Formats: sequence, C-alpha cells, structure tokens
Amino acid sequence: MEPVKPHTHDETVTSLNNTDFYKHQLRVALRNCGVINPESIDEYIAFDGYSALARALTEQTPAEIVEIVLKSGLRGRGGAGFPTGRKWQFAADAQNDVKYVACNADEGDPGAFMDRSVLEGDPHSVIEAMVIAGYAVGAHQGYIYVRAEYPIAVERLNIAIRQAKEYGFLGDNIFGTGFAFDLEIRLGAGAFVCGEETALITSIEGNRGEPRPRPPFPAVKGLFGKPTLLNNVETYANIPWILQNGWEKFAAIGTEKSKGTKIFALGGKIRNTGLVEVPIGTTLRTVVEEVGGGCPGGKKFKAAQTGGPSGGCIPAAHIDIPIDYESLSSIGSMMGSGGLIIMDEDNCMVDIARYFLDFTVDESCGKCTPCRIGTKRLCQLLDKITGGSGTMEDVELLEELCAHISNNSLCALGQTAPNPVLSTLRYFRDEYEAHVIDKKCPAGVCKGLLQYGINDKCTGCTACVRVCPTGAISGKVKEKHVIDPAKCIKCNACMEKCRFNAIVKG
Amino acid sequence: MPNTKTVVPFSAAPGQLEKLDAVIAGYKGKPGATMPVLQEAQEIFGYLPEEVQIKIAEGLGLSLSEVYGVVSFYTQFSVNPKGRKQVSVCMGTACYVKGAGEILERVEKKIGCKAGSVTEDGQFSIDATRCIGACGLAPVMIVDGDVYGRLSPDQVDGILEKYMKG
Amino acid sequence: MKSIEDLKKIREATLEAVCPREGNAVRVVVGMATCGIAAGARPVLAACEDEVGKRGLSNVTVTQTGCIGVCRLEPIVEVYVPGEEKVTYVKMTEEKARRVVGEHIAGRRIVTELTIGAAE
Repeated sequence: MEPVKPHTHDETVTSLNNTDFYKHQLRVALRNCGVINPESIDEYIAFDGYSALARALTEQTPAEIVEIVLKSGLRGRGGAGFPTGRKWQFAADAQNDVKYVACNADEGDPGAFMDRSVLEGDPHSVIEAMVIAGYAVGAHQGYIYVRAEYPIAVERLNIAIRQAKEYGFLGDNIFGTGFAFDLEIRLGAGAFVCGEETALITSIEGNRGEPRPRPPFPAVKGLFGKPTLLNNVETYANIPWILQNGWEKFAAIGTEKSKGTKIFALGGKIRNTGLVEVPIGTTLRTVVEEVGGGCPGGKKFKAAQTGGPSGGCIPAAHIDIPIDYESLSSIGSMMGSGGLIIMDEDNCMVDIARYFLDFTVDESCGKCTPCRIGTKRLCQLLDKITGGSGTMEDVELLEELCAHISNNSLCALGQTAPNPVLSTLRYFRDEYEAHVIDKKCPAGVCKGLLQYGINDKCTGCTACVRVCPTGAISGKVKEKHVIDPAKCIKCNACMEKCRFNAIVKG
Repeated sequence: MPNTKTVVPFSAAPGQLEKLDAVIAGYKGKPGATMPVLQEAQEIFGYLPEEVQIKIAEGLGLSLSEVYGVVSFYTQFSVNPKGRKQVSVCMGTACYVKGAGEILERVEKKIGCKAGSVTEDGQFSIDATRCIGACGLAPVMIVDGDVYGRLSPDQVDGILEKYMKG
Repeated sequence: MKSIEDLKKIREATLEAVCPREGNAVRVVVGMATCGIAAGARPVLAACEDEVGKRGLSNVTVTQTGCIGVCRLEPIVEVYVPGEEKVTYVKMTEEKARRVVGEHIAGRRIVTELTIGAAE
C-alpha cells in the first residue's frame, strides 16, 4: 500500500481537534479517554501509564507523595472541593495497623456521567492512582464502589484489575519493593445517598446505606472502623498526571483557589451535548456558547443547573461567571460533581425544582427527620404550586422550611436538598408568582395550569372531537370548534391529532 | 418507587437453590458479604422472594430483618418478579428536561401498567430508572435491552408494538 | 513486572502500534462508551474490522476506545494517519464505515462529507 498524501478541496473541518467544541478544552483527567483502548493495559502503559506508580514506589517516600498532592492544589471532584492533599495527610497521619483506600464511583447525580466515562475510557488511571494512594497513606486494600447501573464501566474495570494483577501492579511485592496492595469492586444497588462518604462506607460494610454523623471522619474511623481514604473517580484520575508532570504544571492551570481542570457532562437544551473538560475558571459563557454551541432551535438560554439535586440554577444574567468552587457557591449554586444541564425558555423553573425535590424525597434514606419529612413537605408545597392551588403563604413557607432542612439534616443530601428551591426562588421568583397569582405557567409546562384552546386555523374537520377521551370538544362540521376547560383533562391528544396547528396551549 | 410484596407464589427452577448455596458458601465469613450475595441471588432468581431472603439470612448468620432491611433500602433489589420484557424510561435530568415525563406517560398508557409494576400476564414491566448516563441521546428508553434515544412521544407506540407481537 | 526497565520495554513496543509516527500504519478507533454503544457503535466497529479484513489491508489497527466526547454525533470513528491531523467521522453507520475504510484508509482520500465539519 503506497502512502498518498490526502488532499481536500474545501475548507470543511475534518478533525475534532479543530472544532469550537474542542478548542477550549484541556484534557488532564480525560487524557486517555477516546484515545486508547481501555481494555488494553499495554496501550495505557504506552501513554506513560504506571510510570508514576513505578517512580513513587522506587524513588519517593509516602510523605513526599502527600506533599506533591498538597502542593498541586487538587480539590475533591465529587462536589464539595475539599483539598485532596489534606485528606491524604489525615489518612497518612492516622495511627492504625490496618487502613483502607476507597474510590467513590457511585455517580448518582442524574444527568452526570463524568465518572462513568473515565471508568469506561481509562480504568487503569484510577487503579494506578489508588495503588499510589495506598502507598502514600499506608493501606494495602482498596475498594471501588461503582453504580450497578454502569455495566460497561464495571466490566472494563474488572478487565483492568485482572490485567493489573497479571502485570504485578496489584498484589504482593509491587515493582519488587515489598509493597502489597489489592483492589476489590463493590457494586451499588441504586441508592443516591450512597454517594455520601459515610453512607458509602456503611454500604460497603453490607448494611443499609445510611450516613453517620461526622466526626469521626473516615480518615480517622472509616471502613470497618479503620482509617479510610475516600476520593472520587475524577480526583484519582488526576493523580498519575500530577506525579508524572509535576505539581507545578498542575497548579499552573485554573484559578488561585481552584487548580486544574474540571470535567462537565453537558446536557439538556444544548447543541453539543457531551463530555467536556475545561480549565477551572473558564466562564459559563464559553462553555455554553462556544463549547456547547448554544441552545438548539434558536431558543433563548434561560439557566444552567449544576450540582444536580444538591445544586442550583445559574440564570442567564450570571453567564459570565467563572466556573470555580467559590464563584459558584457565592451565587447560590455549586460546582457539584460535574452535571451541567442547560435549560431554555421552554423549561419551567418551578417544575425543575419540583423534579429535584421529587428525586430527593425518593432518595432520602429516612434516618433523620428534617430530611425525611422536610423534603416530603417541600415537595407537597411545590406540587400545590405547580398544580395551580398555591398561595403566597406557601412560598413563604417554602423558604422557612428550606432553612430548617439545611440547618438540621444529618448529611449533605439533606443539607443541600433545598438548594434547587432556594436558587430558583432567588432568580426566578417571578415564575413562582406567575404560578401563584396569575395561575399561569409561563413556560407552558405545568399541566395543572395549562389551558387548551382552539384558534382560527381550525377548519372544523372534527378529528379532535373523535380523539378527545372526555368529550370536551364541540362544534359543527366545517366550523371552528371550542374546548370546554371544565371537561378537558389536558391529555394533549387533540394537539397531536390536529393537522392545522389549531390547538394552542398556554 | 413501589417495592411492596405482591402475592406471587415462589418456586425455584432446578439448580437455582444449589447455585445460591454455592454463592453463600463463597462469601461466608467475608466482611460486607450481604450486598454481593443479594446481587448474585437476584441474578439467579430474577428477584428476591422471601424464601430466598430467609435462606441468605440463615446462610450468612444474620437475622431476616437485617437482610430485608438491606433489600428494602436499595431500589435495585426487587421482591417482585419483573416482566419477561422490561421497559425502562430514563428519568435523569437531561432526559427530564427533554420530555421524559411524556415518554413515560405514553409507555404506561400503551402497556397498561404503571412504572414500578408488572402487567397481569407477566409480559411487561415498566421502570422509571435513574440516569443511565446516555444523556447525549436524551430522552432515552430501553426495551428488552435495546436502547432507543432522541425519542418523541409519538414514536413510543410504534416501538412498543414491535415487542408486543414477539 | 519487576522494574521501570520492564515498563519501558512494553511502552516502546506498544507505542509504535498505538500512535505510529511514520510509515504506512493507520489506526482506526471507534468510540465505545455507553453513549456510543447505545447509538450503535458495535456494528460500526464490526463493519470496520470486517472491511479491513476483506480488503486485506495490512498495517491497519481497528480498536475500541472510550468516550470521545461529542455524544450528539455518535457513533464516532477517528482515523489516525502518521504525520497528519486525525480525522473525525460522525454519525456513522455500517455502510458509512465501509466507505471510510475503502476511500480513506485504502484510497487515502478523506471522505469529507462524513466528517465532523460537514455534520454541522
């Protein structure tokens, strides 16, 4: 086969590297995703894999490694942003003959798939990091807690662990240094609260995944009562890169307080849905408009939701905010684990708040009262408002209840559960008022407030009359029909049937 | 999501109980064995009837209430058999903002049972699932293992009809 | 695996196959994360392998990879030719994959209308 230089005659962009979607990205944690074959340990090694581990074990002391992680400025990517180096330091300082290293891969935030992508695309980076962590803190056993909803990630992780054992990166006497480390996978079983660190630990122990009060923190008393280092998948994926390239290079990316990059799962009403990794401090505008390509169909960007059920909405007015831990909390949202859902003018913010509360009610573990009962009451109030029978007193009650739940819940799930309500109340109060005072849903989402009507495009074909299950539509053939709102159940059947766009809702 | 017991008589197929015994023996004495054993038991039987929970409790030296406590805590564990064909509608945020609620309504209407339950003939069961991570294809539904993405409500009936015949 | 030297050996032996810097070697990767598979990447990967085999192309590696990132345009196939910018093919089907193998890999002509720029 003779190599022929390919030539194209037009200016079409043929490589992902040259698209707007890609230009603003910087791939650190995702460095191997979409490049190597995740089921080949040799390919991982070809891209410098396991060399950070080799150097750590043969040339560096555990204290030196903790120091590097500290200096890099890496912060927990699971959402809270606690300095990773300090966590490592605590676990290393804990005095105990048995310690554990654990990985939180229980990515329960709906609409987020960063960790899944890392595990599916580059499982060895997490394994390598966990062995390094074991060496740094003095642990010999690790656990990866993965959602059972991610079968492909689990399969690739299993393959990777098997390969790492064959090559001697897991097991006894790693790189001939006498250091031993083993790794086991534990599957979650569909409980969002298990993403909370103490609940995750209780779940690995084989119990109902209920959180415990902290302190004691897991670094002191964690899994099976022993000191445990627990980090998120994305946090671990950064570790080999930092050791390989030096903490200085990592600390040069990002902002003063938030170093490195962050992966976001960009979804919802955005043209380029996908997985993006940008330097921390990149503005929301860059991510939405340039990387994401804006809202499809020429619709107006209304808000971005970060942090899932624990987070909040960032309204269009704040689109120029830099995405970092401090900036996002200052406007009532949070960095979160990386779900970034874009909403346009067709989304109702009250309904979004109700959606997240509905989720929290389902996922509250029931251990503490503020969360178990409080979230239920919040959800009922929101149901009342979206159903059209809310009052302004209900809105006040919402705010009061939110404060109680945040202040009194046992774990982060409850403490952050009111955030979707608080942030929508803060930025979209007019929508709440429209639901309560005008009895209207401006976005046309809340069924309880919808009114169906027929406009002048109606030809009197009677198709809608025949499809209406409640006989709410009447009118003579070839004349404009009318809908009786008292009988209408808002099933939308007429709208789907009408060929003349004569049915309107609002 | 409803996970209350319905009266479905349990009978083990040949070999199933032996498999369960082997699983229990393999985990006996290991710390944190309850969840992996329950997960494998659900693989074997398709669900976790009371009889199976009793066997696991006895095998691992736990009380039945401890085992049932774990079963009822996690949504993945089911005390009811699933339909022969399972329909799952993803209710993750990305799917929700793109209209997953309407998709689920259409599925429930077409199949004739609610999310979290089984049709009387045992043919179909419907689940409103947590995010399956295919957000780029939102809204998404899975029918008998096949993934359908970028759905609109009016496509639902046609897709389901294919599975109703077979 | 006992030393850094052993690691280096594997690294060098594999690197040439993974990202060839010169010669005729071509690497074809298919995005096979959950999104890709849900969008139909498995038959696309099979079609690439089959077509490469049928045409008896040597020096071509077809492999799976993780998430390439642009979920909207899955299934995605990327072609790496030494010394050139990689080419990203989007919304692939079995037929399109066979065409890419025939025209781009065997014939060395980029199938511009199937690339990411043309999909915009």
